[in-house]
Amino acid sequence: MMLRRSIAAACLCLGGVLFQATAAPAKPTGLVAIGIVTEAARQTERASPLAIDADDQGLQGARLGLKDDATTGRFTGQDFVLREESVADGAAVADAVHRLEGGGAHFIVADLPIDSLNAALDAASPGTYVLNTRAPDDALRNEACRPSLLNVIPSRAMRADALAQYLVVMRWPRWFLIVGQHHRDALYAEAIRRAAQRFGGKIVGEKKWAFEPGNPHADSGHVNLQAEIPPFTRGPDHDVLVVADEADEFGEFLPYRTAAPRPVAGTQGLVATAWSPVQEQWGARQLQSRFQRQASRLMGLRDYTAWLAVRAVGEAAVRARSTDPEAIFRFMTGDAFRLGGFKGLPFSFRPWDGQLRQPMLIAGPRVLVSVSPQAQFLHQGSPLDSLGPDASETKCKRP
Amino acid sequence: MSSRALLVVTMVAALAASAGARAETIFVSNEQDDTVSVIDGATLKVSATIPVGRRPRGIEASGDGKRIYVAAGDDDRIDVIDAASRKVVDHLPSGPDPERFALSPDSRRLYIANENDNVVSVMDIAARKVVEEIPVGIEPEGMAVSPDGALVVCTSETTSMAHFIDPAKAALIDNVLVDTRPRVARFSPDGKFVWVSSELRGTVTVLDAASHAIAGQIEFAVRGVPQELVQAVGVAITRDGKRAFVALGPSARVAEVDAVDRKVLRYHLVGQRVWNLAFSPDQSRLYTTNGNSNDISVLDLASDRVVKSLGVGRAPWGVVAVP
Repeated sequence: MMLRRSIAAACLCLGGVLFQATAAPAKPTGLVAIGIVTEAARQTERASPLAIDADDQGLQGARLGLKDDATTGRFTGQDFVLREESVADGAAVADAVHRLEGGGAHFIVADLPIDSLNAALDAASPGTYVLNTRAPDDALRNEACRPSLLNVIPSRAMRADALAQYLVVMRWPRWFLIVGQHHRDALYAEAIRRAAQRFGGKIVGEKKWAFEPGNPHADSGHVNLQAEIPPFTRGPDHDVLVVADEADEFGEFLPYRTAAPRPVAGTQGLVATAWSPVQEQWGARQLQSRFQRQASRLMGLRDYTAWLAVRAVGEAAVRARSTDPEAIFRFMTGDAFRLGGFKGLPFSFRPWDGQLRQPMLIAGPRVLVSVSPQAQFLHQGSPLDSLGPDASETKCKRP
Repeated sequence: MSSRALLVVTMVAALAASAGARAETIFVSNEQDDTVSVIDGATLKVSATIPVGRRPRGIEASGDGKRIYVAAGDDDRIDVIDAASRKVVDHLPSGPDPERFALSPDSRRLYIANENDNVVSVMDIAARKVVEEIPVGIEPEGMAVSPDGALVVCTSETTSMAHFIDPAKAALIDNVLVDTRPRVARFSPDGKFVWVSSELRGTVTVLDAASHAIAGQIEFAVRGVPQELVQAVGVAITRDGKRAFVALGPSARVAEVDAVDRKVLRYHLVGQRVWNLAFSPDQSRLYTTNGNSNDISVLDLASDRVVKSLGVGRAPWGVVAVP
């Protein structure tokens, strides 16, 4: 945003910050450098031609977050800069982290899958803080957690809990689970089983997806799908078919082809997600439209989490009135931190596992359906802590 | 007589007393219905529903009460309702996506927060055009004009600032960091202070209008309600400057505050997602819009009780009452 009239010279006054107007632009009192390292997604054939498939996912969100930080920074006399590194695979991550650190970045936004994220954490120097915006793995919030790691993207457990709450509130408690062939599909299925137990769902049947992912662009491909899917999805009586297909290889093919006329939910169909282009409540329309103006495409999950991560650093720097990385990190993980994320409730980091607590969207392919936590599920502390492992459940040991 | 029966009698009596010779009319913008509900103050019944532009939110009345202005965000315009005939008689081009706006004390100008464009638009109502655009922080929202018209304050939601504007020069003169996602700005009637509500911290920051320094902070806590649901939005301060009311969003409460000591006196239970507030012209009542229960609550200020709730359109957002 361009300011017609610039503001400068922050001075601390009793009880609050006061800024005095001058003709000159704000003189930076300090620089906060934020790095982002992004790894290109593995080339897969996405089932839907409408899927967001841009090379700059994550990066565009971080860039928008930086603009937002810089706008406030211009008023507070803080300068924010984003340094970007793209890597082809995990092997190049360590060097990228070192280059970002060399550029003065003490906060690194990791748009990386888990193995590369762990490589980045191993490579990071003491005093570097890593914000995970892509890996949903529950291990990172439990046995594999680290004191310098913050998880901005919700865990699989949070996704599964958010979906389970909605399905149970709708009185659709009997789930037929279809699990893909990848390890991460098994992890998602595990999260669904755990959520069923927590909220009163029941897995009435389970099946492993057996077919090789065909090329989704093949002419008259629907003929084979129509032959394969109805018999495959025949199973015990159920309310919802829950699919675990994180690679997005086959889940999109299931709706309208199931043996029983039941809705599809999970990784496709009705999904629980931190973000979706369909979200426009709580002022989200403004964020979506600012993003579209910048990137000329829809804002995806990786864009949103990268935007959140950069905003978290900016918000903490502004509130802590500091450019010192340790002071920013302390504020960001402290009790007073509140981050606005266009989902109605303030976000903050859970002290027990470094996970950003936030509402989860229950989204259809075209419109928003609901938002979890559902009001029917209570929690003694924050209602947001009914999603994902609570303090008493975590296996993370943080100092 | 049981205490409950006594309470009912008291409430009915309060309602009857305050309804005595009321001629006021209440206008409520219904965000989801693209309508404005008109409520008769004497009967507290909806007497008309006026179709307006798309996504109506901000609603204000001219000083003489004859014109009602409604921001129709999705139509990039301000609709003008003639209060007597209850018809939309004009559309003013407001700039993109108007949400909240404020009228100058002489009713000649509108200061409009253009949420999507990060500017405050100044409209000359007679000329029917935007005469100034003042860039502010990201997602401007709350707008307030001082009683003497010499100072304008705008809040920006994502930048979390109160922006002080000199309307004579159309110049931004100061920016003060306030709590997260500031929503509403309201001058105290003497013009000495500006109250700014924060949705996501659930506080009100009181700023000194002259020095712009933070003069006080009001925090809210409702027993049995998770703190995240205590979100401060609408603010109303009585003309005598003694009492203030703050709408606390999803907590379904309105806080009553001693405006001098800035201490919370009590919490009134109202409808779901209470968003904005307006006094009756004689300040004997407070009206609240409750976005998720599709109704408004009527708080009788003499008995200090909620005496009625009545259904309006879907997602009621803003409210104004005129004689």
